[in-house]
Amino acid sequence: MTFERQNPAFYALLAVLIFMSVGPVLLMFVNSFKLDVDIIGGTTGLLFLPTIQNYETALCDILWYELDHLDFCSLKFGGALINSLIIALISTGLTLVIGCMAAYALVRFRFFGRDTVSLTTLMVRMVPPAVLLVPVFGLWNNEFCIGKTTLVGAWIRDIFGGRGDVCLAGTHSGIIIIYVAMNLPFVIWILQSFIVQVPRSLEEAARVDGAGPFQVFFRIVLPLIKPGLAAAAIFTFRIAWNEYLLASALSDRNTKTVPILIVNNMSEFNVEWGVIMATGMLLAIPPIIFTLFASRQIITGMTAGAVKG
Amino acid sequence: MTAQTFNRMTPYMFLIPAAVTMGIALLYPLGYMIYGSFRDWDPSQNISETEFVGLKNYITLFFDPAFHESLSVTLIFAFTVVVAEMLIGVGLALLLDRNIRGISVLRTLFILPMMIAPVVVGLMWRYMYHPTVGTFNRTLKSLGFEGIDWLGQHALLSVIIADIWQWTPFILILSLAALQSLPASALEAARIDGATTWQQIWHIKLPLMMPVLVVTALLRLIDAFKVLEVILVMTEGGPGLSTEIVALRISRTATEFRELGTAAAMSNYLLLLLLFLTMAMFAISRIQEARAARLARQIEEESG
Repeated sequence: MTFERQNPAFYALLAVLIFMSVGPVLLMFVNSFKLDVDIIGGTTGLLFLPTIQNYETALCDILWYELDHLDFCSLKFGGALINSLIIALISTGLTLVIGCMAAYALVRFRFFGRDTVSLTTLMVRMVPPAVLLVPVFGLWNNEFCIGKTTLVGAWIRDIFGGRGDVCLAGTHSGIIIIYVAMNLPFVIWILQSFIVQVPRSLEEAARVDGAGPFQVFFRIVLPLIKPGLAAAAIFTFRIAWNEYLLASALSDRNTKTVPILIVNNMSEFNVEWGVIMATGMLLAIPPIIFTLFASRQIITGMTAGAVKG
Repeated sequence: MTAQTFNRMTPYMFLIPAAVTMGIALLYPLGYMIYGSFRDWDPSQNISETEFVGLKNYITLFFDPAFHESLSVTLIFAFTVVVAEMLIGVGLALLLDRNIRGISVLRTLFILPMMIAPVVVGLMWRYMYHPTVGTFNRTLKSLGFEGIDWLGQHALLSVIIADIWQWTPFILILSLAALQSLPASALEAARIDGATTWQQIWHIKLPLMMPVLVVTALLRLIDAFKVLEVILVMTEGGPGLSTEIVALRISRTATEFRELGTAAAMSNYLLLLLLFLTMAMFAISRIQEARAARLARQIEEESG
C-alpha cells in the first residue's frame, strides 16, 4: 500500500482536529492533578507541581492509609465506584448472553412472529431513558415488591434488615434489569448482522455429528462471532457505566453509582474543581481504555448499527 | 418430550429470556406509563389509589407555556445539532477520505468524545465555559477581548457547541465508512471523463452515500432527543428555561414537582414525536435505497 503525499495545509487541519477532539480530555486530565488554588489562580500550561491529592480525596473511603489534608471523608467515591463496577459488569454479561440467544433464534429459525419481534426490537431502540423514568420509578417502588409479611419478604428483612416491603428500587438488581432491557434491542440488532455471516453448512455438519441445538450454539456459533460480541459488550458496558438518570431515580444511599455522585457534587454552589475532575477522570478511564485498545470493534459496532439500520 | 417437539420449541427457548426481560422492564413500564398519564398521580401513591382524570394531563400540557418553551428548545437543539454535525461531519469525511498513513489512529482519537460519560463531558465543558476560571474566557482575556457569558446569555448555543464536539465524529466515521465502500469503477470512470473534484463529490459521491447519510442523520436526530446528562451538568436547564429540553423537564416534573401523571403525559408526547421520526426514517431509507440502487446500476452501465 502506498501513501499519497498531502500538502502541509492538510496536516495542519489534521492537527487542529486532533487537538479539538483530545484537548478537553487532556485538560481535565491535567487539572485533576492540580490543587484548586492552581486551577483558580490560573497557573497556565504545565508549570505546576502535580499532586495526587485530588485522587486521594476522591477515594478516601477505600484508601488504607490516613490522609493528612482531610479530617473527614465526605465523598463516598470508592463505594460508588464499586457499585458502578458491579452494575456495569453484571448487566453487560447478562445482556450479552440473553441478547446472543435471541439474535441467534431470530436469524436461524423460521417461526411465527419473527418479523414482529424484529420490528419491536427496532422500535424499542428509540425509547429515551427519560421516558422510562416515570413508569420505572413507580413500578420499582410500588409494584415490584415482596410484602414484608410474606415468607420470602420476611426472610429478606431478617437477613438484610431495613423496614417496609422489599422492593426492586434501591437494589443493584433493580438497576441491572433496566439496563439489560435497555441494551438488549441494540445488542440483538448488532449480533444479528454477525450471525447471518456464519455459514449454515458448518452448523449442519455439527448437527450431523450429533450436537444438540445448544451445543451447536455454544461450540460453533459463539466462537465465530467474537468480534460482534466484543462490539456489543463495549457498547453495553458504556451505557451501563455512564448512565445517570435512571440510576439516580432507582438507587438509594448504598447503591449510588459514580455519575450520580458527580452530578450531586456539581450542583453545589462552590465546586471543588480539582476533586470533581479527578472523579470525572476515574469515571472516564474504562471508556478511554476501550477506545484505545478496541477502536476497531467500536467502529464495526457503530457502522453495523447505522448502515444496516 | 420427543425430539421433534423439542426442536420446534428451541427458537422460543432461545427467545424467552430476552422477551421476559424486555417485557418486564420495557414494555410493561411503557404500558404502565400510558395508563398513568390519564391519572392524577403522586409519587407516594400506589397507582390503584390514584384518581382517573381523563385527558386532563394532556390538555394542561397542551396549553402550558413552559412546556411549549421546552418543546421548542428541544426542537431547536435537535435540528441545529443534526444539521451542523452533518455539514461538518460529511465535509470532513470528504476531506479526510485519502490514502494517508495512520488513519486508524486518527479514528481512534475521534471516537474518544463519544465514549466518555455524558456526565463527564458536561463537567469538562462547564469548566471550559466558566466565566472566570474557564479556558475560553481566560484565552479571550489574555488576547485582550471581553469574556463571554457562555452559560448565561448564550446557554443554548454553548450546549449546542458541546454536543457538536461530542457527536460530529460519529457522523464523520460513518461517512468515511460509506465513502470507502463506494464502487471504485464509478469514480474511476468519472475521473477518466475529466470530472473535477467538485463534480465528483456533487454528482457521484454524495448521491451514492445518500442512503447511509439519511439513516445516520435520523439516528442522530433520535439520539439528540435523548440528550440529558450533558445539559443537566452544564446548565441544569437554566438560566430560566433557556436550555430545558423535554427530557430534563420530564425528570424535573417527576422528581421536583412530584406530578407523575403530567410527567407521564409529557413522556407520551415525546414518544409520539420519536415514533413519527422513526417511521419517517423507515420510509425515507427505503426510498433512498431504491434510488441509490438505480443510480449505481446506471453509473455501472455507463462506465461499463
